[in-house]
Amino acid sequence: MTVTPPDQIESTGLSSTLPAAVEAIEGRGPWLLAWARLRRDKVAVGSSVVILGIILLALFAPWVAHLVGHGPNTQFRTTGLSPDGIPVGPGSTFLFGTDDLGRDVFIRVIYGARISLLAGAVSAGLAVAVGVIIGLAAGYFGGAVDGVLSRFMDVVLSLPYLVFAIALVSLLGPSLAISVAVIAFFSWASVGRIVRGQVLSIKEKEFVEAARSLGASHLRIMFIDILPNVLAPTIVYATMLIPLSIVFEATLSFLGIGVLPPTATWGNMLSESIAYYKVAWWFVAFPGLALLITTMAFNLLGDCVRDAFDPRGNRLFVATEE
Amino acid sequence: MTEEARTGRTQRDTLLQLVDVVKHFPVPSDRLFGGKREHVHAVDGVSLDVRRGETIGLVGESGCGKSTLARCITRLHDVTSGTVSFDGRNISDLSVSQLKPYRRKMQMVFQDPYGSLNPRRRVGSIIGDPFAIHGMGKGADRKTKVQELMELVGLNPEHYNRFPAEFSGGQRQRIGLARALALRPELVVCDEPVSALDVSIQAQIINLLADLQGKLGLTYIFIAHDLSVVRHVSDRIAVMYLGRIVEVADTEELFARPRHPYTKALLSAVPTPDPDLVNERDQIILSGDVPSPIRPPSGCRFHPRCPRAQSRCTTEDPVLNVKDGDVSDHAAACHFPVADGEPLVMSQKEAL
Amino acid sequence: MLRFLVRRVIFGVVVLWIVATVVFAMYFIAPHDVARTLAGRQANAETVAAIRHNLGLDRPILSQYGSFLWKALHGNLGYSYSNSESVTSLIGHGLPVTVSLVVGGALLWLVLGVTTGVLAATRPRSVVDRTTTGFALFFYSMPTFLLGEVLLLLLFFRLHLVGIDWFPGAGFVPFSENPLQWARYLILPWLTIALVTAATYIRLTRGSMLEVMGEDYIRTARAKGLRKRRVIYRHGLRAAITPVLTQFGIDVGTLLGGAIVTENVFGLPGLGQLVISSLAKQDLPTVIGLVLLASAFVVVANIIVDILYSVLDARVRLS
Repeated sequence: MTVTPPDQIESTGLSSTLPAAVEAIEGRGPWLLAWARLRRDKVAVGSSVVILGIILLALFAPWVAHLVGHGPNTQFRTTGLSPDGIPVGPGSTFLFGTDDLGRDVFIRVIYGARISLLAGAVSAGLAVAVGVIIGLAAGYFGGAVDGVLSRFMDVVLSLPYLVFAIALVSLLGPSLAISVAVIAFFSWASVGRIVRGQVLSIKEKEFVEAARSLGASHLRIMFIDILPNVLAPTIVYATMLIPLSIVFEATLSFLGIGVLPPTATWGNMLSESIAYYKVAWWFVAFPGLALLITTMAFNLLGDCVRDAFDPRGNRLFVATEE
Repeated sequence: MTEEARTGRTQRDTLLQLVDVVKHFPVPSDRLFGGKREHVHAVDGVSLDVRRGETIGLVGESGCGKSTLARCITRLHDVTSGTVSFDGRNISDLSVSQLKPYRRKMQMVFQDPYGSLNPRRRVGSIIGDPFAIHGMGKGADRKTKVQELMELVGLNPEHYNRFPAEFSGGQRQRIGLARALALRPELVVCDEPVSALDVSIQAQIINLLADLQGKLGLTYIFIAHDLSVVRHVSDRIAVMYLGRIVEVADTEELFARPRHPYTKALLSAVPTPDPDLVNERDQIILSGDVPSPIRPPSGCRFHPRCPRAQSRCTTEDPVLNVKDGDVSDHAAACHFPVADGEPLVMSQKEAL
Repeated sequence: MLRFLVRRVIFGVVVLWIVATVVFAMYFIAPHDVARTLAGRQANAETVAAIRHNLGLDRPILSQYGSFLWKALHGNLGYSYSNSESVTSLIGHGLPVTVSLVVGGALLWLVLGVTTGVLAATRPRSVVDRTTTGFALFFYSMPTFLLGEVLLLLLFFRLHLVGIDWFPGAGFVPFSENPLQWARYLILPWLTIALVTAATYIRLTRGSMLEVMGEDYIRTARAKGLRKRRVIYRHGLRAAITPVLTQFGIDVGTLLGGAIVTENVFGLPGLGQLVISSLAKQDLPTVIGLVLLASAFVVVANIIVDILYSVLDARVRLS
């Protein structure tokens, strides 16, 4: 074999006579690129601002309630209801008007945001965590493990989820925790299926073989070598899962099997208001708008996140300029 | 060579010994209820000694099982039967934890410079992986080691924090090489390390490999389908066909006196720079496709495509052995080996 | 193909068996006593025991489970605890309502979703596209019950106030009785279910068509001189049809088991309402029967989709 003179070695881009730059050369990774694209995206920034606003309102709801002097369940029988017992419309005392019991709709809406965001985030988070672990295991190990896990996911996905969820809740008794658990249970399988599909293609890559030939453990390969490569589609799906979970929770509350009154949720407020829409439009409108704006903001953001990770794909909700 | 002489030599300087290595893959079937499973006979009885410090080339058409053999050696695949011994120790049935010390001693360089590096991780952590997995060096210490390795393979150590996508194909192969060398292995299995690269870059990587072999005393198993590359780097060459080794010899011996008709055909396909050396009669193009490794042909596996095949070849499986008059290191598996300078196609008279 | 079908059917049967078992188990692990609830507050121990005996609840669980499965296999889902009627006949009352709702809604959302999706995809980034995607976002984000309420408020109540009674607020008239009234009572529910669901179909159609339009073979077809419209319908729609079909199967299957929310908002006496009312009454046989039926719809829809899928796929491969 011949030995190369050093001057024939392929150029490495920078001459080593520039020692000052040693720490400065920072690669722009796929995450950073996606983040940069997201920051330049007006729709993404706009929907993030809306979501942030809702989160802040929800976080500081008790503080706002204290400031206004209206508790979420305080009934203002004299100021909040007309002499005939009709709710009062929006005004300076009650920003969004009052409900049938003379409670402040604005305060109840921001308290409702706490439940909706909590249910959305926690159940989507749970679903993603479970889905990622099961999907990783099924895709990575293959064989019998995959057989069992995949069939299990198929079964969960072929359940009529609303009927089943209702049956479950009726049995265990309605509560926020049960709602979250039920929502997560019917959502993880689709995450699992997506992750499994991705893992199946990634585990054939040579870098996985390289890790194995170095003696890496299964856990290390799954979480350090494979997981970062399936994270992008998972994050995209997770952002889309949050609004779905929020709607799911609101629906359960609306049907009276989610979070029960008097705790304010958008779903149960809308359920109560249905009887009063003839006299108090605000009672329907504000919780309804809050719910719609929240889900729209999350869906838009999800679309932008997808776009940031895969700029060649087509946007679903925004017809962007080239 | 006598049996005693051969084994004596084995004990002295054999680093890796393969004995009758077999690897079969089950073919996925869409049968509802079982039935007899078919298998791909990817590697079907390979025996080979690799000597310490040498470069042995492994050549053959794609699908002949050379990459599978490489993965059996590094235990990326478990062998179906046979043994792989490293430094005299059978490693083919070691458990994952027992195997770990041997992982340090043999490493692999992969074919695809894009697929073999994790696109989501920085180069520094890719090259540092071996240290992390084997619990060697922490923090700044590990970083120094990684940067030394980068320098060793001709990369700019300042590029520690970059992602693989920011490097060219040749630079990526250097990264893969740095990762393979991190634990100071004795054996490096190179699975077509340059076939995905531009010709101009190939030479740089091959020279780097040679350079490192001298510096670090490495033993290489060099897999390729390009004979001219293999000839350039290898001390010895083993030719594979359909999961078997059909001929093995020192490089110059093999090129000068190929015995197996398949080797002869392969060599005739290598372009020669000197037009005077081109022998028209020796330009042989093999007819037909490589038979399915699911149901390999009976007898000699090459017989359906062999211009010299006779009835004996269809029934009797030839043994890999030294032919009369050959040096002791030159073995071929053929009933009717090609004589020196003999054209591959026998005349009618000879065939009769 | 046949092997694949057999495997799918076996899987479907296993799913149904799992569902039956889970639902059955759920109600026996649950910490409440049906007989006591049915007997009322004043009932003494003997009455409760008698009720329990009459319902067969005093038998060993396995024997109850066995006879439940055996009867279900023969289409007998038992008798309702609260209405003195068989579960199958209760389902018989509700099914026409749900089927009317879902079939009408499905036709509407399919036409609405696919045509607007195609329209948007053929003129990307045009005003039409922008309007369509905005529309899709709005209705995709809209919870069904909210849209139902809004439609009731605007089209029933507001019109009712000014004396226009085109759209009734609640109720159902069977098709056999008066087809016109049947449709009149169902317009708002159809609209609700269709608008909410169509958004997904717009996204699917538009997305997969845009994707195909960028492919090399479409450019080749255009370069060959084929007319744009022909290319769009021959190639673009064909690519869009598979995801649309899959989604359609899932949606119809799921909704047939009870369009719970829509039926609830519009007071339609369908299967969804039956689920809610029997849960409130702890009418176990009815709940179990309905959950089984809903699962059966999903399973059958999945099998049909798989068959259509492979037929379509074969045609794509042939051409």
